[in-house]
Amino acid sequence: MTQPAKTLPLVEQFQYGLDAPICLTWELTYACNLSCVHCLSSSGRRDPRELSTAECQAVIDELERMQVFYVNIGGGEPTVRPDFWDLVDYATQHHVGVKFSTNGVKITPEVATRLAGSDYVDVQISLDGATAEVNDAVRGPGSYTTALRAMTNLAAAGFRGFKISVVVTRQNVGQLDDFKAIADRFGAQLRLTRLRPSGRGADVWEELHPTAGQQRELYDWLVARGEQVLTGDSFFHLAAYGDALPGLNLCGAGRVVCLIDPVGDVYACPFAIHDSFLAGNVRGPGGFAAVWRESELFTDLRRPQTGGACQSCSAYDSCRGGCMAAKFFTGLPLDGPDPECVQGHGERALAAVDGLLAPRPTGDHSHRRSPAAGSGPVPVSIGARPVPVSIGARPAGAGALTTLPPDRACDESPLAGFSPG
Amino acid sequence: MSTEAPARGARAGFDLDRPWQLHAQVSVRPERFGALLYHFGTRRLSFLKSPELLTVVSALAAAPTAREACRQAGISDAELPAYAAALATLASSQMICAREAS
Repeated sequence: MTQPAKTLPLVEQFQYGLDAPICLTWELTYACNLSCVHCLSSSGRRDPRELSTAECQAVIDELERMQVFYVNIGGGEPTVRPDFWDLVDYATQHHVGVKFSTNGVKITPEVATRLAGSDYVDVQISLDGATAEVNDAVRGPGSYTTALRAMTNLAAAGFRGFKISVVVTRQNVGQLDDFKAIADRFGAQLRLTRLRPSGRGADVWEELHPTAGQQRELYDWLVARGEQVLTGDSFFHLAAYGDALPGLNLCGAGRVVCLIDPVGDVYACPFAIHDSFLAGNVRGPGGFAAVWRESELFTDLRRPQTGGACQSCSAYDSCRGGCMAAKFFTGLPLDGPDPECVQGHGERALAAVDGLLAPRPTGDHSHRRSPAAGSGPVPVSIGARPVPVSIGARPAGAGALTTLPPDRACDESPLAGFSPG
Repeated sequence: MSTEAPARGARAGFDLDRPWQLHAQVSVRPERFGALLYHFGTRRLSFLKSPELLTVVSALAAAPTAREACRQAGISDAELPAYAAALATLASSQMICAREAS
């Protein structure tokens, strides 16, 4: 369009931040019945400081005032909060749509019927293997059956187009067609997202993240499927292969999205639960709006960014240096290549850093005895990374954020399905 | 109500001479660059790239035709094709839908 083209490109508008997030991720609880080995939020046990029902409602009131279209609710397992369904109702009554992620444990036929009746609630069932063997190795025994039962209940209730959300790993990347078949069988939509070295994911990333060859296969598979498969914009680092994948390929961390954790802490993105990315708390004066609009961290993220070591790379315009969180938790500098850089710069960079010095995620809510570990036949060995010797010491990378802001961070892709134009 | 809209894709052109309206499930958030739209039914985001386009879209429901809504928003004849194309895109994604003449 000629007329509107006089304004800044939209991507630039977004990079400088909006007055309110387009959507945000809200982890309602750290409590979870499972202990997935790659949990981004190291969930398991409830935090006693969790926001109360009234405090959650106050946050929803604020989101309504700020015209945040919807929240991606997760956890932990959000449905184990006794007030979960009331909060969902409260949000939708206040014009804040809800998409929640669940392992399916509470999706009974009755709940499925109720969900199918609402236009303002979307459901995302997590599944990390197209077979029980592959899924349960990551998500724990019985979790495949639980997820499939939830899907059966949703489909039977007439809920069309719910999401099946898969974290792509070295072990399940060969099952992409099988995942698609499962989604088709239930009238659901497949969503693939990237494994991040965040939370407990930091411990298993080396073993679980796709190999370079697998990344290429994944990219080709996604390009062939186009918009049939959602990705949450999470694979924008693969754009360096050539064509960008559908979506805006924009990192929205602190600019158009953020994370609210169960105790009200506001982080730049769901993959960056670490003090370095903590902007404030919704319990503070001014609430969430003040954190969003005035926090030092978010103000920094909205400044023009540097490409650092990647600036001279021919692929930089496509991948923009990749994912901030992936770099941070693997110990790479924020203004250098992504650890999964398709040009191989990440692997070389990783070889040069001491992984033991990588920053550790903040807060561990894991069950003290993990139900997932060591139970049953496990096709992949999921070994814990050795604990760094100097716990609490912050390596150089951790403090780099303010001086050398990354060009992008990754986000729970609020912009998935975004149709530019 | 909205079932007619998806068939009127961008390629099919856009009927400026009939009444249109914002889809009932679409929420609009004004922004400095124009506006963000979110459709609660399709769960898709879209955007209006200029404040002028927001003015047009906001005027649709009360105007007898889309052409009239554009005129009220101060859109010149020369600019009209660009706005028709933008409206066609919005119609193809069900953000706006045809309305029966009142």
